[in-house]
Amino acid sequence: MAEKLKVATTSLAGCFGCHMSFLDIDERLLALCEVAEFDRSPLTDIKHCSEQVDIGLIEGGLCNAENVHTLREFRNHCKILVAVGACAINGGIPAMRNHIRLEECLEEAYLDGVGVVNPHIPNDPELPLLLNKVHPIHEVVTVDYFLPGCPPSADVFWKFLTDLASGREPQLPYDLVHYD
Amino acid sequence: MNSNTITIDGREVPFTPGQTIIEAAMAADVYIPHLCHNPEFKPHGSCKLCTVQVNGRNCSACTMPAAEGQQVLNNTKELNETRRSITQMLFVEGNHCCPSCEKTGNCQLQAVGYYVGMLDTHFPHFFPSRHVDASHPDVMLDLDRCILCELCVRASRDVDGKTVFGIAGRGMQSHLVVNADSGKLVDTGMSAADKAAQVCPVGAILVKRTAYEHPIGQRTYDHGDIAEVSLEHDHALTGGDHG
Repeated sequence: MAEKLKVATTSLAGCFGCHMSFLDIDERLLALCEVAEFDRSPLTDIKHCSEQVDIGLIEGGLCNAENVHTLREFRNHCKILVAVGACAINGGIPAMRNHIRLEECLEEAYLDGVGVVNPHIPNDPELPLLLNKVHPIHEVVTVDYFLPGCPPSADVFWKFLTDLASGREPQLPYDLVHYD
Repeated sequence: MNSNTITIDGREVPFTPGQTIIEAAMAADVYIPHLCHNPEFKPHGSCKLCTVQVNGRNCSACTMPAAEGQQVLNNTKELNETRRSITQMLFVEGNHCCPSCEKTGNCQLQAVGYYVGMLDTHFPHFFPSRHVDASHPDVMLDLDRCILCELCVRASRDVDGKTVFGIAGRGMQSHLVVNADSGKLVDTGMSAADKAAQVCPVGAILVKRTAYEHPIGQRTYDHGDIAEVSLEHDHALTGGDHG
């Protein structure tokens, strides 16, 4: 039997909705595990990519320095890198902060917002620094495939991964393509 | 010989003198992707999505008059790739966030994106800073989503007789403006019943309190792609088969 495909996943500036939708393939996960194994992923809690990963699924855009670092690790280790969902593809909901200055966002969230107690902008050195703007991932690394949707439906994940696992060029039929 | 026919992708299509290429095509059930074109209004030729090749030269099908013997290429790989790039540029130029937009499923820009097979936006996003005008009690204006098709400008001027909208600035600075000293929609004669309130192909002009009348899944492009919907709409307006 051929070696299993290594699949790594991560959520950057996303909401984990795409991961939840991926899990909605339900019992098909068992069939998927016949041909694929998870590498670095919140599902396995493996912290770093193996040297060679076949498919990297990136949920979310880039909102902080750690996102960029993680994305670069994925690009360096994954043969095929996939932008999954609206946020990875165009910044999505987090990018709606892009027309507001970062300072104002922080002030609203941590100083002046309704119901804020102990106003204080978090400054622990362990916290990754925020980027001035949220960016889609294709602005930083080369992306091989895009799965639009907020989130992409379980069938999108299934179709895409089974196409790849069977050695076919992945093709999404018309009714699986949604931007919302 | 003068039989008033053009050929589109090798197929003979009749036209009546005065018709544009897109009008002749739509009447013959040939869809040409478009956004700023609307059969109810004078052509504008700004979005360039309907670019076709006529006798070897690119031009806008919505403004180019049909003329005897034209050889038109429409549904070709090259033109469709160009249309996809144009659609991607429209997306990165504004702030088009489908997941948070109440127009989703009814939006022509989104539906064209699906039609041309757009899966990503390819270009760096501009993330421009544009404002929302919610001043009017019944109509809301979100410039994030405006694609400068001028349909509202044309509708307000030519149908409503109010000239509520206009385009100001040039090139990258072009933007939709409201014809009032305050620049606010509330200070115009705009009403939710106006044609200008109904004609926006994207979610830039919305009638308030109607956004979720139709749930997602039961919207215009949920069950038919924009080619089908657009041809049906065109035939309803022009009295069906007139090809």
